[in-house]
Amino acid sequence: MKILIVEDEQEMLENMKQGLQQEKFLVETAADYHSALNKIGVYNYDCILLDITLPDENGLELLKYLKEKQLSDNVIIVSAKDSLDDKLTGLNLGADDYLPKPFHMAELTARVKAVLRRNNFDGNNFVQIANVKLDLENRDVFIQDKPVEFNRKEFDILSYFFSNKNRLVTKTALAERVWGDHIDQVDNFEFVYSQIKNLRKKLKQYKSEVEIKSVYGIGYRLSEK
Amino acid sequence: MKLLNYTTKYFAGILFLLLTLWAVLFYFAMLDEIYDSMDDGLENQKILVIQRAAENPVVLAKNEFGDGYYTIKKVRARAAKNFKESYRDTLMYMQNEEDFEPVRLLETVFYQNGEYFKLKVITSMVEEDDLVEDLLFSLLWLYFGLIVTILILNNIVLKKIWNPFYKLIDQLKNFNIERSDKIAFEKTPIEEFHLLNKSIERLLQKSVDSYVGQKQFIENASHELQTPLAISINKLELLFEKTELEEEEITILASVLNNLERLTRFNKSLLLLSRIENQQFAVEEKILINEVIFHLKDEFKDLLQHKGMEIQVNVSQAIYIKMNRDLAVILFTNLLKNAIVHSDPNTNIEIEIGGNRVNISNLSSKKKLDKKHLFSRFYKLSDNKNSSGLGVAIAKAIADEYDFSISYNFDDRHQFIVEFYDDKS
Repeated sequence: MKILIVEDEQEMLENMKQGLQQEKFLVETAADYHSALNKIGVYNYDCILLDITLPDENGLELLKYLKEKQLSDNVIIVSAKDSLDDKLTGLNLGADDYLPKPFHMAELTARVKAVLRRNNFDGNNFVQIANVKLDLENRDVFIQDKPVEFNRKEFDILSYFFSNKNRLVTKTALAERVWGDHIDQVDNFEFVYSQIKNLRKKLKQYKSEVEIKSVYGIGYRLSEK
Repeated sequence: MKLLNYTTKYFAGILFLLLTLWAVLFYFAMLDEIYDSMDDGLENQKILVIQRAAENPVVLAKNEFGDGYYTIKKVRARAAKNFKESYRDTLMYMQNEEDFEPVRLLETVFYQNGEYFKLKVITSMVEEDDLVEDLLFSLLWLYFGLIVTILILNNIVLKKIWNPFYKLIDQLKNFNIERSDKIAFEKTPIEEFHLLNKSIERLLQKSVDSYVGQKQFIENASHELQTPLAISINKLELLFEKTELEEEEITILASVLNNLERLTRFNKSLLLLSRIENQQFAVEEKILINEVIFHLKDEFKDLLQHKGMEIQVNVSQAIYIKMNRDLAVILFTNLLKNAIVHSDPNTNIEIEIGGNRVNISNLSSKKKLDKKHLFSRFYKLSDNKNSSGLGVAIAKAIADEYDFSISYNFDDRHQFIVEFYDDKS
């Protein structure tokens, strides 16, 4: 899987690159519109992470270019502006997702994987780690091919972990994933904690071969046993 | 008191004093003139009588007024020497009026053929009480006439003149800087009003500019913070994954991360507030509020279960409102989350939908909240440091944007009430 990050902020670029490389993606970078244009002209990318505030041109121009040339690269707009107009214009121009800064590393990988899955595996929406399989379409969980009941938030959390296998998922990232923004965070961490407890219990009870471990008390990591 | 009536009041007072003073002066001046001309007439008659007496001594025998206007009596020389001619007022019985009426009397002595005679000449004169009465009535009429004239003038002329002023006041009364209202300044030939218009225009422009500037500043500042925050948080996240860390380092780094995340949440809320105020949620659609609430009820199901709580919704009306969908969701998410967070465990939340309002109430051991500060920014409902203190302020900002009223009430239960005035259902 080849990913292009178009981002003028050098440190931001470096973070995203490192985060995605850990997922074994092949990552290339471009710091401005023109070098991005050159790369797109030469290679095909499975996913382009596009910052729309570039020094030489609006990033949305790149989207227009892709559309004109009928290139099928997936695009996720990454923006610090988080403006509704940009989001709507971007999505109308054919972007696959819109990720406002700041985001968690876990969120970035989850979004990238979701976009790749959506566009490359037409409808086949299963993800499997060891003997645990998630049906993302119908929100079902199978452990050793037997369906196991998970409530909705538990499923949200579990699927988030599945997108971030072996990666740190911070508590805040989880809480935000589960609840979204703009909402009082009181109670959320406590709730997330109790959900994790339930998850662990069920995973153990049904003899799954994945486990959720605490990481330094700031988050969790899901891995194969 | 209105300006017009205020000036009229003063006019009335001043006119009253002025007219009274004038009336007194006029009265005495007129009286003086009347006496003067009467006395002249009496003197003339005196001369005529004396002349007639010289020609015809029979006249000297007329010692009663009778049908005449004079009497003549003989006096002794010694008395005559000391006599001084005098004009005075006296009363005399008048046949026509059948009453004593004032007359003007001239007493004098004259000398004829070695004898002295005292002559009294009278003429009827003005009845002062009648004069005063007449004058008073005329004056009162004049006074009322003037007042009425002033009132009419004020109401027609002054009102017309002050019209631009009143229009300006009217507009200023309804001016709302948050709605970026415009004031239409009327053209006026009056210099003062022109100056007033100019000054207010400048003042408003300045306020609007700084208001917009401030809003823009908050939005820009929040935007600018996003990237550094993202970089810092992501770096820490990567660091936690990459390196083996000591216990002490973890504590410090975890605290840094935690605070950066708080800052991020806070910044996002701030940005959301500015974006609501800067009207960046322009897309509106007809929304069934009931649907939003039931969706949220479902959304919070797991959290409610976790706290052993339930939500009861009583619906007596389907409320349709034209507004932005995201904002509708954010508004009720904040209120509902607020109710859940601040409820005691194992209690119920009640939501009433009806009568154009949504009432969300919960039970909590906490005391009544401070109504005055509840909706202001950074007022914290709890001591929890994860609370931004902006949740209710955001709900309020959204309500303000659509002219809903949002209020808090307490009677055993804490109630947050959103009332919609714009019922298009």
